[in-house]
Amino acid sequence: MARSVTTRRKIINTALAWSIGLLIFFPILWTILTSFKTEATAIANPPQFFFFDWTLENYAVVQERSNYARFLWNSIIIAGGSTILGIIIAIPAAWSMAFVPSKRTKDILLWMLSTKMLPAVGVLYPLYLIFIELGLLDTRIGLTIVLMLVNLPIIVWMLYTYFREIPGEILEAARMDGASLRSEILYVLTPMAVPGIASTLLLNFILAWNEAFWTLNLTAAKAAPLTAFIASYSSPEGLFYAKLSAASTMAIAPILILGWFSQKQLVRGLTFGAVK
Amino acid sequence: MATQHSRSAARLMMAPAVILLLGWMLVPLTMTLYFSFKKYLPLRGGDLGWAGFDNYVRFVTSSAFWPSVQATLVIVGGVLLITVALGIVLALLLDQPMWGQGVVRILVIAPFFVMPTVSALVWKNMFMDPVNGLFAHLWAFFGAQPIEWLSQASLASIILIVSWQWLPFATLILLTAIQSLDSEQLEASEMDGAPPLSRFMWIILPHLARAITIVVLIQTIFLLSIFAEIFVTTGGAFGSRTLTYLIYQRVLESLNVGLGSAGGIYAVILANIIAIFLMRIVGKNLDA
Repeated sequence: MARSVTTRRKIINTALAWSIGLLIFFPILWTILTSFKTEATAIANPPQFFFFDWTLENYAVVQERSNYARFLWNSIIIAGGSTILGIIIAIPAAWSMAFVPSKRTKDILLWMLSTKMLPAVGVLYPLYLIFIELGLLDTRIGLTIVLMLVNLPIIVWMLYTYFREIPGEILEAARMDGASLRSEILYVLTPMAVPGIASTLLLNFILAWNEAFWTLNLTAAKAAPLTAFIASYSSPEGLFYAKLSAASTMAIAPILILGWFSQKQLVRGLTFGAVK
Repeated sequence: MATQHSRSAARLMMAPAVILLLGWMLVPLTMTLYFSFKKYLPLRGGDLGWAGFDNYVRFVTSSAFWPSVQATLVIVGGVLLITVALGIVLALLLDQPMWGQGVVRILVIAPFFVMPTVSALVWKNMFMDPVNGLFAHLWAFFGAQPIEWLSQASLASIILIVSWQWLPFATLILLTAIQSLDSEQLEASEMDGAPPLSRFMWIILPHLARAITIVVLIQTIFLLSIFAEIFVTTGGAFGSRTLTYLIYQRVLESLNVGLGSAGGIYAVILANIIAIFLMRIVGKNLDA
């Protein structure tokens, strides 16, 4: 039974929630609006909200000057590559932990989680050395591996919580019918696990896309993704609000859209199944 | 029933993930531990021999250490206070019946998906810039002297930026927790004439306690290592140098690897203390 409320209460709730929502969203909205202004309108006082001459010129300039497409491509490769690689490694691990649990499963899961909590700065220099030694500095493959390792605990955890919800009886039935381990995973488990795998993919793609410690410290020019591209705008000489806004909008737009799809999984993924 | 065969197969399937993470944890950490006992200056002579606990002592006795601890505590504490308090209020509000709930939810969650370098840069320039920022316009409109946010109130500014990024996370988790609350219990108390405040104090808040603990622990771990927000805005100047940033500067800017590594080990210990508490809660949940 739903709690009944008066219409007046509902109107107040709506007004309040919308005001706060818009206030929180405002910096993003303002960035998007500014990206369509000329540089002069962008810094005008009083600020111009909707009634200005909309222009697409900033987007063209950003693309032309900074080779935006290359950074975007790096972001896609690194975030996508690390996520897919992580999923491939995590699926068998999560499968075995969910369906063939042993006494040590819980400890292993918690230990994996603990590696996620290692402060990155504590191992920055060793990793730097290893990267130089192996020629991985400023390469996409190096960053892909690091981000895969950074997010692997979350991927294993998310998959584990999803797999645990699949009834084990179905798997046993398949086993009785003579399905091999391989076909059991391929034809029975995978179709049931696809929604969970998709959510895991989505959330970890977002996390990898926004990662801003390793991407800033382990890349220079060649492999730099969008996080580093945006950070390069922090130097004062390159500072133009409208162009900064256009670059920012392009960097966050794909993830904002993906993020809206993943809001339900966000809670489960980031609390390691502790809140559902 | 798991057979012996499937047990060993299971172990084999776990192996790649376990081995990779073990390597990821042990190799760099061992190196950091090794460097922390060395006098190691890559550009000034390289490896200058063993230093014993010298680096550990020097790191905590340097004049930059206590201010950095203080900055870290202020930022982490400030952000936690703001995000949890506002998160509860927002979650309660979003749980109420209203029109366009889905859209409001999206608006509130959006900042979480903005990459840290973008949010830092947007806030720094378009809001906090003392000449052209929106805040400066707003202050001028009311006849006040615009504030140089990032130099005069650097910690407050960083807390504002980071809180904006993490408020969605707190709100979303607390909202999920509120929605799992048994509504019959609330209705019963409502019929018994319990005023809203005591309903909140005695039914909702105790129910949220676990979710709040989880929010606090997870955020603390992430907040202790915020980097991009400081890198982009102040670069550690104006009293905004956190422990993480101090270590980063020791290692990569002044290239004193031994000293920075000792700092890194301190950071690892600190993070582990918090992690233990988080693990307990998560672990308990696994048994259920």
